[in-house]
Amino acid sequence: MKLFRADLHIHTVLSPCGDLEMSPSEIVKNALRKGLDIIGITDHNATGNAKITKEIGERNGLFVLCGAELSTSEEVHCLAFFENTDALDRLQDYIDMNLPFVKNISSLFGYQLEVDENEIITREEDRLLTSALLAKLSDVQLFIHSLGGLFIPAHADRLRNSIYSQLGMLPGGLDADAVELSRNCKTTNFLSSHPELKPFTLIRSSDSHCPGDIGTASTEFMIEKPCFDEIRMALRGINGRYVERI
Amino acid sequence: MINAGELSRELELEIISGSGGLETEVLGGYVSDLLSDVIGNAERGAAWITIQTHLNTIAVASLRELSAIIIAGGHQPESAAIDRSNIENIPLLTSRQDAFTVAGRLFNLLNRE
Ligand SMILES: [Zn+2]
Ligand SMILES: [Zn+2]
Repeated sequence: MKLFRADLHIHTVLSPCGDLEMSPSEIVKNALRKGLDIIGITDHNATGNAKITKEIGERNGLFVLCGAELSTSEEVHCLAFFENTDALDRLQDYIDMNLPFVKNISSLFGYQLEVDENEIITREEDRLLTSALLAKLSDVQLFIHSLGGLFIPAHADRLRNSIYSQLGMLPGGLDADAVELSRNCKTTNFLSSHPELKPFTLIRSSDSHCPGDIGTASTEFMIEKPCFDEIRMALRGINGRYVERI
Repeated sequence: MINAGELSRELELEIISGSGGLETEVLGGYVSDLLSDVIGNAERGAAWITIQTHLNTIAVASLRELSAIIIAGGHQPESAAIDRSNIENIPLLTSRQDAFTVAGRLFNLLNRE
């Protein structure tokens, strides 16, 4: 086993706030340049650029976890990752069912583009993806786990769209595979004011919206090889796999 | 002075649960959907207007000793929140009117004299 470096929170051009340079190929190129072994593709309430990024990554020796950053009805952001394209498609169906139709105004919020490996636009999403889903946190958690996915509340230390900002305190019965802290969060300070987080595996990621952000925060996984199952075991701390303390 | 029960009549709110707390005096109001903000800034005795329906609203109201929770905009509290409000005796009230309207009416009511 050895350590693999992962940045599991990266937005593509499909997120309205994502820089136009955040094409799948550009993301893979930058991730490799920064020495990452694993990245997560997490667009706001969308999965459309994940598979192509995984394909490009695979050809270049970068493991890509496919998922999304979901916004629950409480406006808590959480990362969801799935092992295969089947489950990812089910997630997209779930999003389509629960995303209210608010038209995106690209001049205000930004473009929401699906692109191919040559950065040719293949589709423009017209629903505003940063809206909150009509599904509450506990239901989103159940849904993700029912498909064998990973459920990770995002940037827990932020003052907006975090589990603490929206819900004031950690909800009882939270069954998270990990909790994410953002780039500049001081772990020791945060844990001393939130000791209830101690039983959880903590990860840190960049929440990248432009190429320069990629890899500016990361988490090290002690695993056999980069794959979904190994990552899950490390998050759960089983079979000798683990996540390095951040 | 007005208590939570009188408040619900004046603002035409539906009493969902927590009726054990209807005698609690309403000392002010607070409007927010960020529970962290309520923890930090709501004053004791305030009636809290929100569209959040999560169980944690009750814990926050109890922590800050708020007099009532008014869920605006026709949103319905989660069943776990209803159960908890009965235990904590925090009146859980709902309105079909939006938060702006409910807040305006509450402001007028509290500043009548
Ligand atoms: Zn976020
Ligand atoms: Zn994000």
